[in-house]
Amino acid sequence: MIVLALVAGLGVLATLTALVPRAVRVKLVAGLLGLVEIVGGATAIRVLATNHAIVGHTSSLVPFTGVRIDLTPLGALFTLTTAVVAIAATIHWVGYRRHAMSSVSLSSAFALFVTSLLLVPAAGDIVTFLVLWEVMALSSLVLVAHDHAKRDETRQAAWWYGAMTQGGAALITLGLVVLGGHAANPSFSAIAASASHLPAATRGAVFLVLLVGFGSKAGLVPAHVWLPRAHAEAPAPASALLSGAMVNLGIYGIVLARTLLGVGATWWWLVAGFFGVISALYGSLYAATSTDLKRLLAYSTSDNMGLVVIGLSASGLFAAHNAAASSLALIATLVLVTAHALYKSTLFLGAGSVQYATDERDLDRLGGLARTMPVTTAVIVVGALAVAALPPLNGFGAEWLVVQSLVHGLSGADPVTTVATAVFVAALALTGGLTIVAFVKAVGVGFLGRARSESAEHAREVPVSMRIAPAITAAACVALGVAPGLAITAISRASDAVAPNRSGLTATLSGFHLQALRSAVDPLALALGAVAAALVVAGLRRAGGPRTGAKLRVFEPWGSGRAVTSARMQYTATSFAEPLQRVFDDVLAPQHDLDVSHVLESRYYVERVAYASANDDIVERRLYRPVLALAAVLGVRARGLANGSVHRYLAYGFVVLVIALVVVS
Amino acid sequence: MNLASLLVGAVQLALVVLGGPLLLGLMRVVRSRLEGRVGPPVSQPWRDIAKLARKQRTRPSESSWIFAVAPLVLVATAATVAVLAPLVTLAPPLASSTDFIAVIFVLLVGSVALALAALDTATAFGGMGASRALTIGALVEPALLVAVLALSMPLHSTNLIAIVANGSRHASTLLGPSHLLALCSFIVVILAESGRLPVDNPSTHLELTMIYEALILEYSGPDLAAVTLGESMRLAIWLGLFVNLVAPVGIAATAHPLALVVGLVALTLKVVVVGIVVAIFEVTTAKLRLFRLPELLAGGFILAVLGVVTGAVMR
Repeated sequence: MIVLALVAGLGVLATLTALVPRAVRVKLVAGLLGLVEIVGGATAIRVLATNHAIVGHTSSLVPFTGVRIDLTPLGALFTLTTAVVAIAATIHWVGYRRHAMSSVSLSSAFALFVTSLLLVPAAGDIVTFLVLWEVMALSSLVLVAHDHAKRDETRQAAWWYGAMTQGGAALITLGLVVLGGHAANPSFSAIAASASHLPAATRGAVFLVLLVGFGSKAGLVPAHVWLPRAHAEAPAPASALLSGAMVNLGIYGIVLARTLLGVGATWWWLVAGFFGVISALYGSLYAATSTDLKRLLAYSTSDNMGLVVIGLSASGLFAAHNAAASSLALIATLVLVTAHALYKSTLFLGAGSVQYATDERDLDRLGGLARTMPVTTAVIVVGALAVAALPPLNGFGAEWLVVQSLVHGLSGADPVTTVATAVFVAALALTGGLTIVAFVKAVGVGFLGRARSESAEHAREVPVSMRIAPAITAAACVALGVAPGLAITAISRASDAVAPNRSGLTATLSGFHLQALRSAVDPLALALGAVAAALVVAGLRRAGGPRTGAKLRVFEPWGSGRAVTSARMQYTATSFAEPLQRVFDDVLAPQHDLDVSHVLESRYYVERVAYASANDDIVERRLYRPVLALAAVLGVRARGLANGSVHRYLAYGFVVLVIALVVVS
Repeated sequence: MNLASLLVGAVQLALVVLGGPLLLGLMRVVRSRLEGRVGPPVSQPWRDIAKLARKQRTRPSESSWIFAVAPLVLVATAATVAVLAPLVTLAPPLASSTDFIAVIFVLLVGSVALALAALDTATAFGGMGASRALTIGALVEPALLVAVLALSMPLHSTNLIAIVANGSRHASTLLGPSHLLALCSFIVVILAESGRLPVDNPSTHLELTMIYEALILEYSGPDLAAVTLGESMRLAIWLGLFVNLVAPVGIAATAHPLALVVGLVALTLKVVVVGIVVAIFEVTTAKLRLFRLPELLAGGFILAVLGVVTGAVMR
């Protein structure tokens, strides 16, 4: 309790420290914030190590209910993940300040955002939770809106984010208040004890409301529209936190809903699984076809959260007939959450470094960075391979565990669950393939080949703090990939806090073992074997070649016999994704606009061809735009109601009062 | 992992390394004969590799370390799988953790490395090859993973050795509808993954129609030798896995030398037969248009889903 108060106190202090002069501001705030993160992380580690929750209650600070703290191992896992991501983001910020995010408001918002992210999972009752949740939402909104004066896109992103996050918070409040009304006090433990007495319909309704509310925070389709805007527009350290820490808390919320309400009915998890599948496919498809590096990463976040929700749904679906598979799915989900936090923050910080160096986010204007920015390219490659779930990185172990739980969950499953499981596996597989396309494109077009613009050509490696920060998380991706045993104890304790672990999963330092399933995987051995083989082949290649003269010749690549080569002859991100875009034409419905104008004398001669294509978010175009347009029309119509007459307003008040009295009676 | 299993792994590796290029040569000979040509000798791929290995290494002016590393990754991942997969024997090293999904993903690392290297060459052909190869790869993935799910259903384990061992012990499971459907989908997957007709024409020389050849267009000398070797090893591994899932006849259950010899001969014979069948099939089919491929791959996916459904119903 005292350590958490310390975290909060230091966080507030860091927030206020932003008032010091600009010269020392960021370094001072970052130093204090580092302390907050270390204390928060250490507290979480202690909870996970001792397996004892930190519980406390004080009746001061907030009227009526006070502040209640309950940091369970589940919450501690999220706090720890946040702490690691936040340490990297804070280090990155120190270098990034020369580009953006050095003002008083942004420095203090950043400090407040980090502190609230660390503390949300420690909240022990509704009021504490909602207050921290709002602090988190509003401080991040300030960060998203950082460049609002200059860029229209930023303003748009802030509007969307603000509206969606408040809408989500309203739903969360509604769901929690309904639960709290039936409990002895607003603490989560009291709610969990009383929720089982509620009628099934109420519990189902509350679950749906919470699923939508928390799901919008996690970026589940169709409530994802804010995510590609906000994550792309926010400054890099904030993007890393949004994507590596904040969306996790949406998942934390859904797990919390399960701990409060119990596993519940099958249909709950079929609904959740449906949204998970849709998000995974939709996110990965848009990631594969976007050309903006940060938008691509943001869509990939939506896709990963979809996979996480698929895991959670599998856990819920299997709970009735197969406790082992159910708890395995839950563990797999938490492994995936931590893995995603690490690789996605690596990628966002790396993308921030690219933006710092080139002022570009458009993949079609990058390229050739592997030679000018070797460290940043290397961390991006690690992050990309991890998100593509390739061994031996941490994404692979997570995806492997999810598939294992699905395979195992089939035993004893009823037909509905069997079909759902097959759909989950297919979604997982297609998502995996599309993610590989997306990230080969991101790395191959954005970092390899020839520079596609002036600014990319003259890019220089970023300051040292910005190289260290993503390297920390990238190193964690590698470490947890080859040695998954490092984190599995902590993760299985966190899942124990939700449902007792019956999976029989054990992890040695080098791999996962599932005794009951006769399945195991050993990424370390795979990595060592492959590295040994690669060294042998490299030795042979070195030994080969001509006996005399140079062993390596640099030449101009083949251009079909043309001697001229230019950067514009390379594949672009758009052309790279074109086959996929054509295959999924019906889903994506990209808009093409071809305008050919002819010379006046003859229609056989073309004077000018203008071609524009846009691949904007179809959910936004088809679902949100009509609603917003309708709202705008209604708003204009409603002006007629307010013509300035006081008598009329008094009449409105009277009518409403009468209606209210009728309804109440 | 003991000495015997390591030895067994070495035998498998040697077989795949030596036999891969010969398999490629054999398939070319069969194709040539059916097309009325004499064709190159079976050992031609090995002669090419030996000749290339003696030449100067080259690299395009704009490439980075990725271009140099990719051939190594391709061969190394194939070699790792060759050691661990149940090809000649059911007792390779690390038998308990030879997972089907891990095998697929390790091979995938090689494909991704090659695609990145193609983009690293800064040419249109490289990008074209990478884009097409990965698009197909993405669409193959669902068929592949659902087929794995169907194959792993009887045991509830994705351990590749356990799946093959189960087939060799209970031959009746090999004829189950679920197993057969999954293997049908596996055929589509293998044709796509190893770039054979009707997905890709391995002997084309027209840049605009090719996928795989465009991917490796800039490689030459020892690097091309490594890429050729790696690619032929992958073909041998895919076909080897396929024959052992279809008919694990003769696969060595122990590391006993005699059993190993039997396993070696059995695998070679089976792969030769399947290789010849694939070559005959290639002569008799035309390459599909790139945008017709999704239909073929969707067909493979549906077969795999049917495999899962029948597996669940039959239980």
